[in-house]
Amino acid sequence: MIHSLFLINSSGDIFLEKHWKSVVSRSVCDYFFEAQERATEAENVPPVIPTPHHYLLSVYRHKIFFVAVIQTEVPPLFVIEFLHRVVDTFQDYFGVCSEPVIKDNVVVVYEVLEEMLDNGFPLATESNILKELIKPPTILRTVVNTITGSTNVGDQLPTGQLSVVPWRRTGVKYTNNEAYFDVIEEIDAIIDKSGSTITAEIQGVIDACVKLTGMPDLTLSFMNPRLLDDVSFHPCVRFKRWESERILSFIPPDGNFRLLSYHVSAQNLVAIPVYVKHSISFRDSSSLGRFEITVGPKQTMGKAIEGVTVTSQMPKGVLNMSLTPSQGTHTFDPVTKMLSWDVGKINPQKLPSLKGTMSLQAGASKPDENPTINLQFKIQQLAISGLKVNRLDMYGEKYKPFKGIKYMTKAGKFQVRT
Amino acid sequence: MSAAPAYSEDKGGAGGPGEPEYGHDPASGGIFSSDYKRHDDLKEMLDTNKDSLKLEAMKRIVAMIARGKNASDLFPAVVKNVACKNIEDPNQLIRASALRVLSSIRVPIIVPIMMLAIKEAASDMSPYVRKTAAHAIPKLYSLDSDQKDQLIEVIEKLLADKTTLVAGSVVMAFEEVCPERIDLIHKNYRKLCNLLIDVEEWGQVVIISMLTRYARTQFLSPNQNESLLEENPEKAFYGSEEDEVKGPGPEEAAATALPARKPYVMDPDHRLLLRNTKPLLQSRSAAVVMAVAQLYFHLAPKAEVGVIAKALVRLLRSHSEVQYVVLQNVATMSIKRRGMFEPYLKSFYIRSTDPTQIKILKLEVLTNLANETNIPTVLREFQTYIRSMDKDFVAATIQAIGRCATNIGRVRDTCLNGLVQLLSNRDELVVAESVVVIKKLLQMQPAQHGEIIKHLAKLTDNIQVPMARASILWLIGEYCEHVPRIAPDVLRKMAKSFTAEEDIVKLQVINLAAKLYLTNSKQTKLLTQYVLSLAKYDQNYDIRDRARFTRQLIVPSEQGGALSRHAKKLFLAPKPAPVLESSFKDRDHFQLGSLSHLLNAKATGYQELPDWPEEAPDPSVRNVEVPEWTKCSNREKRKEKEKPFYSDSEGESGPTESADSNPESDSESDSKSSSESSSGDSSSESDDEDEEKGRSSESEQSEEEGKRKKMKKRKTVAEGHREGSSSDEGSDSSSSSSESEVTSESEEEQVESTSWRRKTPPSSKSAPAAKEISLLDLEDFTPPSVQAVSPPTIVSTSLATDLEGLTLTDSSLVPSLLSPVPGVGRQELLHRVAGEGLAVEYAFSRQPFPGDPHMVSVHIHFSNSSENPIKGLRVGTPKLPAGISIQEFPEIESLAPGESTTAVMGINFCDSTQAANFQLCTQTRQFYVCIQPPVGELMAPVFMSENEFKKEQGKLTGMNEITEKLTLPDTCRNDHIVVQKVTTTANLGRVPCGTSDEYRFAGRTLTSGSLVLLTLDARPAGAAQLTVNSEKMVIGTMLVKDVVQALTQ
Repeated sequence: MIHSLFLINSSGDIFLEKHWKSVVSRSVCDYFFEAQERATEAENVPPVIPTPHHYLLSVYRHKIFFVAVIQTEVPPLFVIEFLHRVVDTFQDYFGVCSEPVIKDNVVVVYEVLEEMLDNGFPLATESNILKELIKPPTILRTVVNTITGSTNVGDQLPTGQLSVVPWRRTGVKYTNNEAYFDVIEEIDAIIDKSGSTITAEIQGVIDACVKLTGMPDLTLSFMNPRLLDDVSFHPCVRFKRWESERILSFIPPDGNFRLLSYHVSAQNLVAIPVYVKHSISFRDSSSLGRFEITVGPKQTMGKAIEGVTVTSQMPKGVLNMSLTPSQGTHTFDPVTKMLSWDVGKINPQKLPSLKGTMSLQAGASKPDENPTINLQFKIQQLAISGLKVNRLDMYGEKYKPFKGIKYMTKAGKFQVRT
Repeated sequence: MSAAPAYSEDKGGAGGPGEPEYGHDPASGGIFSSDYKRHDDLKEMLDTNKDSLKLEAMKRIVAMIARGKNASDLFPAVVKNVACKNIEDPNQLIRASALRVLSSIRVPIIVPIMMLAIKEAASDMSPYVRKTAAHAIPKLYSLDSDQKDQLIEVIEKLLADKTTLVAGSVVMAFEEVCPERIDLIHKNYRKLCNLLIDVEEWGQVVIISMLTRYARTQFLSPNQNESLLEENPEKAFYGSEEDEVKGPGPEEAAATALPARKPYVMDPDHRLLLRNTKPLLQSRSAAVVMAVAQLYFHLAPKAEVGVIAKALVRLLRSHSEVQYVVLQNVATMSIKRRGMFEPYLKSFYIRSTDPTQIKILKLEVLTNLANETNIPTVLREFQTYIRSMDKDFVAATIQAIGRCATNIGRVRDTCLNGLVQLLSNRDELVVAESVVVIKKLLQMQPAQHGEIIKHLAKLTDNIQVPMARASILWLIGEYCEHVPRIAPDVLRKMAKSFTAEEDIVKLQVINLAAKLYLTNSKQTKLLTQYVLSLAKYDQNYDIRDRARFTRQLIVPSEQGGALSRHAKKLFLAPKPAPVLESSFKDRDHFQLGSLSHLLNAKATGYQELPDWPEEAPDPSVRNVEVPEWTKCSNREKRKEKEKPFYSDSEGESGPTESADSNPESDSESDSKSSSESSSGDSSSESDDEDEEKGRSSESEQSEEEGKRKKMKKRKTVAEGHREGSSSDEGSDSSSSSSESEVTSESEEEQVESTSWRRKTPPSSKSAPAAKEISLLDLEDFTPPSVQAVSPPTIVSTSLATDLEGLTLTDSSLVPSLLSPVPGVGRQELLHRVAGEGLAVEYAFSRQPFPGDPHMVSVHIHFSNSSENPIKGLRVGTPKLPAGISIQEFPEIESLAPGESTTAVMGINFCDSTQAANFQLCTQTRQFYVCIQPPVGELMAPVFMSENEFKKEQGKLTGMNEITEKLTLPDTCRNDHIVVQKVTTTANLGRVPCGTSDEYRFAGRTLTSGSLVLLTLDARPAGAAQLTVNSEKMVIGTMLVKDVVQALTQ
C-alpha cells in the first residue's frame, strides 16, 4: 500500500525519507514540486497527484508536507488518515511536530515509522502500543542513551499488540488516579452583512486526560444526551450501549485522547454569543476609506467573553490603515493585507471598537469586494449547546479517582460577511 | 557466524569483551554511516539467549531492510535463528518478529524457506503470529509471483481464521494476491461481517471495500424494483431508523429499470452486511466512514442510503485533505442522489478562509443540490461569492450560476440578468467568464436576447481575455441576423486587429467572416477576403488550414461549387445548445472512495466494481457448518490468549459488563463467564469479550420483543448480583439465567434444549453457550422468507453431539441423599478440528479421586476421528497458578482411528475457580487446554444430622453467612425439583430435615475441608430465602449466585 514517505519543508527540501518496500527515488517528488508551484499556496496543493508510475498523496501540517508514495489503487482517505495519524503520533511523542524536532529525534522517528507500517500496511498505530514498543524521548533518557549507547526500543515485549483492548497499555500504575474531561464546543457560523445568521452549528468534542491505574471501566452519562445529533467515537466506546442507553461506556486509553466528537445541528437554534457592528466603506472619489468595527456580547448566559481576536483580509487596493482601538492591540500587514486586532476580554459596559481610515491606491477605483471578518473568542465554563455531563462512574477498580469536567465554548470558523 | 572472525579485531575495540555490543543502532543508518562490523553485533545478538536482545536485533534488521539497506550478509544468521529457533520460540512475539524479519529479506533464494515459514505461521496458535503470516504473504508474492497458488492456499486457510486480529491483514493479502478469487470469500462472508466491528480501523477499510465488490457479484440490485421494495416485509422488520430517513429526491429511477419479475427480497446476507457496517459510520476514522458510505451508496436500497449523508457532512470538519476527498465523493453522489444531501445544503456554504480547491468543490456540490425550491437561497449565496477576492473562485461561481440557469428554467432569466450585470465588473476575469457563460445560455433562446448580444458586441473594444473575445465573436456570427447592423462593424474592427489576436480569437474571426459573407455578402465581401488573406499567411497552420477550407467553401469557384451551394447549411445549421453538466457526472462507475474515482481514471490495480448480476448466484455457498467454527473459535481463543487483559476488569465489573450494549450478547457472556471466569482468572475471559463484541453486532436486530424481555431479566439478575457480590475476587459469575433466555428465543431449538436443560446444571454452560451463539447467528441470517438454509437440521446435529455426552450421565439424575450427582455433562476440551482429529471432552464425575482426597476428579474422554492412530497421549507441562496441582492420567499409548477412551485425572483447584491450564501432548503435537471448575464442583458432600447442621451453622454467622432472597418460579416448587437443582449445581449432600419447606445441604470444600452449609427456606407463594454459611466467603458468594440462578430459571 504505502510505499514510501517523504517529508518536505516549506522551502522545498526533502529532509526525511522512509521506504517500506524498495527505495523510490527522490526524483518522484519533482511532480509534487511542480504541483506546488502551480498551486501558489500550500493549502491548494492537490492532496492527490498522479505521476506516470506512482501516486503522491500528501497532507500539509505544521508547515511540513507529508508526501506518501503509492503505486496501486488504495482508498485515498486511507493514506491521508494514516499520514495525519503519523503527525499526531509525532506530536504525541515530541510535544510539537516541526522540522527541527523531527531532525533532532530522527532515530525515534524512524523507529516509530517502522512500527507503524509493515510492508506498507498499518501495523501499530495506537499511540499506547507504540509507546510500549518505543519509548518517547525524555531528557534523561536522551542523556543516558548518549552515554550508554542504548536505544529507545523498549526491552519489554509489546504485549499490547495482543490485547483485546489494543488502545490501552497494560500494567498502568499511578499514585494519583485522575480522570479529567474537557467538553469543548466550537461555533461555526456565517453571519451576513445585516447581522442575521446564515448558518450556525456547534461542533463539540470531549477530550479526556485519564490517568488511572489498572483496567478501569468508565461510564459517562449526560443530562441531555438527545442534544447530540451526530457523534463519532474513539474505538474504546461501546457503540451498542450508546445506541440503547445514550451512555458512554468505555475502557479508556492511558493518557490524553479524544473520547467523542459530536455535532449539534443547525436546525436547533444555535445561540450566537457575540455580534459585530461594522461599517467599512470605500469611496470612488477619495483615496481614503472609512473603517469601523465594534464587538459586543449577545446571548452569553452571563459568562464573560475572553480571548477575542478579529482578523480580516483586506482587499488588495488597501495600502495602509490608520486605526485606533479602544482596547487591545492591532496590526496591519501591508504585504499580505491582513488586519488583526487582539481585543482580549469584552467589557459589556464599554464595548471594544476599532476605528480609523484606510488609504487606498491613488487613482485606482474602489475595490469591489468587501473583506470578511473572522472572529475568535473563548467562553469558559459554558457549553453553548447546553450539554451537561451527568456523572462519571468507574467500575473494575477499587480506588477512588479524582474526577473533573471542564466546559468551554470557542469560536470555530466564525465569519461575519460585510 | 562464519563471517565473524574476519571482523573480530575491530570488534574488540568497540565493545566490552564478552558482552554483545549493540549500542549503536544500525537501524538509524540514515545518520550513522553504516558500518559492516555492526552486523556482527546483530549476529551476536541473534545468538543470545535473551529474548529482548533477539527481538531488538531483528527489529533493527527490519528497519535496515525497510530503508533498502543490503542486509544479505546477515542472511545466514537470521535464517539460522529464524528458521530453526525463533520460529519455534515459545513466545509468540518472538515468533512473529522472526517471521517479519525473514519475510523482509528480499533475496530470491529465501523463497522456499519463507514459504515454509509462512505456512507454519499460518497455523500457529497465536493470532498475532498468524497476522504476521498474513502480512508476509504480499511480501513473498512480490518477490516471486510463481508462488501464487501456494499462497492462495495459505490465504484460504487464514481467511477461515476467526480472530479480529487476523481478519484485516488477510483480506489485505487477498486483495493483493488474488482479488479475483471471490469464491474464497463465500464461506467466510458472514464471519467477516460479524467480526468487522472489532477489527482495527485499517483492516475495516480493506474489508469493507472488498465486501462491496463481493456483494455486487452475489446479490441482486435492491433498487431494481422500487415499488415492490415498498411492500417488502423485510423493511418493516429491520430497524426503524432507516425508515425515518426520507427517500431520495425525484431523480430518475436507476437506469436498471428491469421488467418486473419476481418480487425482490433482499438476501439476508446482503442485509447482514448493511446492518453490520452501519455503526461504523460513527467511527473516528474518516477512511472507515468513507468506506461505509461508499458501501451504502453502491449496495443499499435507495431509501436507506440517506444515513450516510450526516456522517459525510461531519467529515467536512476534518483536515482539508479529508475534506477534499470527501467533497469529491459527495459531488458524485449528489448527482445521483440529490435528496440525500439537500438537508445539509448549508454545510456546504463557503467561507472566505477555505482553500480554493475546497471552495470549488463545495460550489460543485451546491450546484448539484440546487433545485426549484432552494435556488433563491443558493443564488443569494452565489452572489456573495462573486464578490470574493479569490478570482479563480469567482470564475467558478459564474460557471456554477450558468449551470443553475440551464438546469432550472425558472431562474434562467434572473441568472442571465445577473451575469449581464457582471459584464460591467472591473475585473476582466469576471467579465470574461461571464461572457463565456452568457454565450452558452443565449444559445438556448437567442431570439429574445438581441439586446444582450449588442451589449456584448460593445465589449469587444475593452475585453482582452481571448476566450471571452472568441465567445462574443462566435455569438455575433451565429446570431448575425439579430444584430444585422452591428455585426459587419465588429468584423471590421476585428480585421484591423487580426494579426494581434490570439489563435482562438483568429479562428472565430474567420468564422464570423464566413457567416457574414453568407448572409450579408454585399457589405462584408471585401472584409472577408481581407481576413482570409491575412489568415492565409498566419504562422499557425490551423489558422492557415481553416482559411483555405473556408475560402473553398464559401467562395464559389469554377470547378466545384457543389459544396458552396450548401455552405449556408454547413455554417448556419441550428446547433443544439450545450448542456452544462457536472464533471462528476457518471463518475460513479468507479467505486466511490477509491483513488480511481478521485482521479477519474483507472489507477493501477483498480478492481472494477462489477454490475449487479441479473440472477442471484446460489446463496447457499455462504452456508457454513456452523458448529464447526463457533466451537473451534472458542477453543482457539481460549488457548491462545496467554494474557488475560480483560479478565481483571471483567471479573470485577460484572455489572457493567452485563449492562453492556447488547442485551443478547450480555446474557450469553454472563452465562459463559459463570463457568469460565468465575474468579477473575484468565485464559478465557478475553475471549468472551472478543466474542461478545463480535456477537453484539451479529444479533443486533433480532426480534425486538425478545430483546426487551431479556433486557428486563438481565437487569434483575444484575441487581441481584450487585447485592450479593462483596468478595474480593469479585467472582463475576452473575451467571444469569441466560441459558433459558437465549434458548427460548429460537424456536427451532426449543425441543432439544429443553431436553437437555433439565439435566444440565447452569454451571456447565460453556459448551452449550457456544452452540447458542451459533443458533443466534443462524437465526440472524435466516429470516423466514428464505428457505435455502435450514437451521433446524444444522442445529440438531450440533446439539446431537452434545446430547451424546449427556445421555451417559442421564441415569443418575434422580436426587438422592448422599450419592454424588454427576453435575455436568461433558464439556469440550479440544475440538476435533483443532485437535487434528483428536477430540477431547471432560466431565466432573464427582467421585472421590483415588489417591488424593483434595483433588477433583475429572473424566477425560478422548476420541480419535482422524485416520491415523494417535500415539503417546499424555499431559505436558502444566502452567498452573499458585497452589493448583494436577495428577496426570497415565499415558495412553495409542488410540486407534475411530476409537475412544476415557481417562481420569485429578486436579487440586485449591478451593478456587481458577483455571488449570496444561498441555495435551501427542507424539507429534501439543495442544493447550484449560479446565475451569464451576464453584459447585469444588466441594464434596458430607453427611450430618439436622442438629449437627444447626450447630455448625451457628458457628458460621456474620461475615460467613450469605443470604439472598429469591422467588421460586412455578416450575420449581416441588421438593424433587428443588433438590435436584441444588445438587446439580453444587456437589452437596442433603441433610434430612423436619419441616417440609426447608431444605438443607452440606458439604466440605475439597482442599481445605471447610464446611459449606446451604439452607433454602421456601415460603408460600414462591418466596424463598437462600443462606450459605461457609468460612470460604468467596466460595459462598459464588455458590449463592449459582444456586439462585439455577432455581430461578
